[in-house]
Amino acid sequence: MSTEAFEPELMDYSRRQPRLPEPVIEGNDALDIPLDERMEMYRLQQELRQFEKRAYDLFMQNLVKGTSHLSLGMEAVATGFGRALRPDDYSFATYRGHAHTLARGAPMGPVMAELLGRSNGILGGKGGSMHLASVEHGMMGSYAIIGAHLCIANGAGWSAQLRGTEQVAVVFFGDGTTNIGAFHEALNFAKIWELPVVFVCENNLYMEYTPIDLVTAVEHPAADRATAYGLEPILVDGNDADAVYDVAQGVIETARRGEGPSLVEAVTYRHGGHSRADPGKYRPPGEVEAWLDRDPIITYHQRLLRLGVPEGDLTRIAQDVARRVDEATEFAKAGPVPDEGDLMTDMWADGGSAWRN
Amino acid sequence: MSEMNMAQALNDALDTALAADDRVVILGEDVGRTGGVFRVTDGLQERYGATRVIDTPVAESGIVGAALGMAVAGLRPVAEIQFLGFAYPAVDQIISHVGRIRNRSNHRFTAPLVVRIPFGGGIGAAEHHSESSEAIFAHTPGIKVVVPATPADAKGLLLSAIADPDPVVFLEPIRVYRAIKEEVPAGQHTVPIGEAKVVREGSDVSLVSYGAVLRDAGRAADALADDGVSAEIIDLRTLSPLDHQAVIHSARKTGRVVVAVESHRTASIASEVAAIVQEGALYSLLAPVERVTGWDTVVPLKRTEHHYIPGPDRIVAAARRALEG
Repeated sequence: MSTEAFEPELMDYSRRQPRLPEPVIEGNDALDIPLDERMEMYRLQQELRQFEKRAYDLFMQNLVKGTSHLSLGMEAVATGFGRALRPDDYSFATYRGHAHTLARGAPMGPVMAELLGRSNGILGGKGGSMHLASVEHGMMGSYAIIGAHLCIANGAGWSAQLRGTEQVAVVFFGDGTTNIGAFHEALNFAKIWELPVVFVCENNLYMEYTPIDLVTAVEHPAADRATAYGLEPILVDGNDADAVYDVAQGVIETARRGEGPSLVEAVTYRHGGHSRADPGKYRPPGEVEAWLDRDPIITYHQRLLRLGVPEGDLTRIAQDVARRVDEATEFAKAGPVPDEGDLMTDMWADGGSAWRN
Repeated sequence: MSEMNMAQALNDALDTALAADDRVVILGEDVGRTGGVFRVTDGLQERYGATRVIDTPVAESGIVGAALGMAVAGLRPVAEIQFLGFAYPAVDQIISHVGRIRNRSNHRFTAPLVVRIPFGGGIGAAEHHSESSEAIFAHTPGIKVVVPATPADAKGLLLSAIADPDPVVFLEPIRVYRAIKEEVPAGQHTVPIGEAKVVREGSDVSLVSYGAVLRDAGRAADALADDGVSAEIIDLRTLSPLDHQAVIHSARKTGRVVVAVESHRTASIASEVAAIVQEGALYSLLAPVERVTGWDTVVPLKRTEHHYIPGPDRIVAAARRALEG
């Protein structure tokens, strides 16, 4: 009997053809977005960028324990959606959730302190980098096992619908999530119930260390699945905050009007590796460089100059953000480290962990 | 007060909760129009509408995930999973998120939700329809695990679970649903979570059990009484937090403990009770703690199910071993 074993091709991903970004759509300069809103989006992108660059530096100083996942290069997605949401809307994120948390208005100091695991962190040092949340800002948590939080966002959407509050839930996830069952369960639930939920796939082309196209049955991991759930395929340039904001406004209003969920695939790129431990060597030569040229903040900066904003105004914003990131860093570093007593709190409603009498 | 079986008592509890609190919603496969595979939610969708008694797809992560989202966004959901063996796709939600959202959010988010799940043998369909894997949930911090054994306790514990600020996995013994009737108090009847109950006082041996096996413990106690042996019966009622003091108190009193469960033996609630007894009552013991359990095998089909589930005979035999010390 012939036993021809299946041998998957051994592949050095870095020798594949690079996946290059589409050119900037200069026509997006003409999108109907007020200049003061654009200035806010510039500021927010600067915050997300400078905050995470500082977080990276703090890693290198061994001040952030454990691991962390940065979204450097992906700031336009969190920015466009963050700015389009109402303050009482809900958002859900993944372990790569620093940007989504800050984009809802969570203060930088306590968020930085949370990354450092300090008691003055936004979650008292209990959640850490991967579980950021801020109840006051509608940031309903970051979920570090992929898929589950899409289902959870549906529940928040149901609650809003039942209470008639016209709140919308936006849930962010990566390209890898589109291959887990909960993604499909969640889209089906949301559609049959016409929930006010917006599903946002941040397709950064890599599922951890593996090119997403090698492990996905379709070219566009989210958009190509949309029609299976009665949804319109929506692809957006995830490196253009204006494009994202424009799409976000549309789908959020659709949800708010009670006209059901949407699925958006924002194509973007993470400048660094998957996590602290990953140098990202699996990426072909020229790919990272090409995406660095499509850096969402540099290109947004250029747009604002084209629109007549003086360079000095943008410089002042960047400098102001730098000062605030410094302050956040000092706040975080000054925080105490949780002690053994903190380990035993907040398991139950009584604040304790005694689950035996 | 009226006489009800456990399915009716649970329906009465859900009806009471839905009427009393607009935040309470029920969701699960076939819970609405059909009234649930065991008819526990019968008639509730007609009374409260399809936005509060919600038929879902068969997608357990989706169901429990939605319940968690509802809970953190202000509702009091009661999810139903049809059988305990069907709950495993939702274990990611229950262990990774439901049980941890309070702690990881530094107490800012809470998950006041109930997941009702019929469990244990009885319909003879083997495996997924007959499992007794409650130890998985009892092992998980942040989740309360409740198992009623009687109709009145079922109502009182379920109303307590719905009102509880923490998440509760509520396991309903399939064999008991329609097996016994008793008087069940009307309206807001609650039984505290975390308190075991001495069902029968005795002095020679303690029979510790819960759920459907409790009835077999009762039959065993009757058989032992015929031989002049006085057995005390403890119904744990809550597996997490487990009522250590009730177990230890009874062990110190009788000096002999038989713990009877229908789950697999290894790392079971029976094992936990044995550990609690040796920690709290070692010097009162007159014999080793006896574990009467299902086997570390797959729960079988109908024809051999009775060999798997411990009946009164095995409980009596274990008690005799303890008495012979």
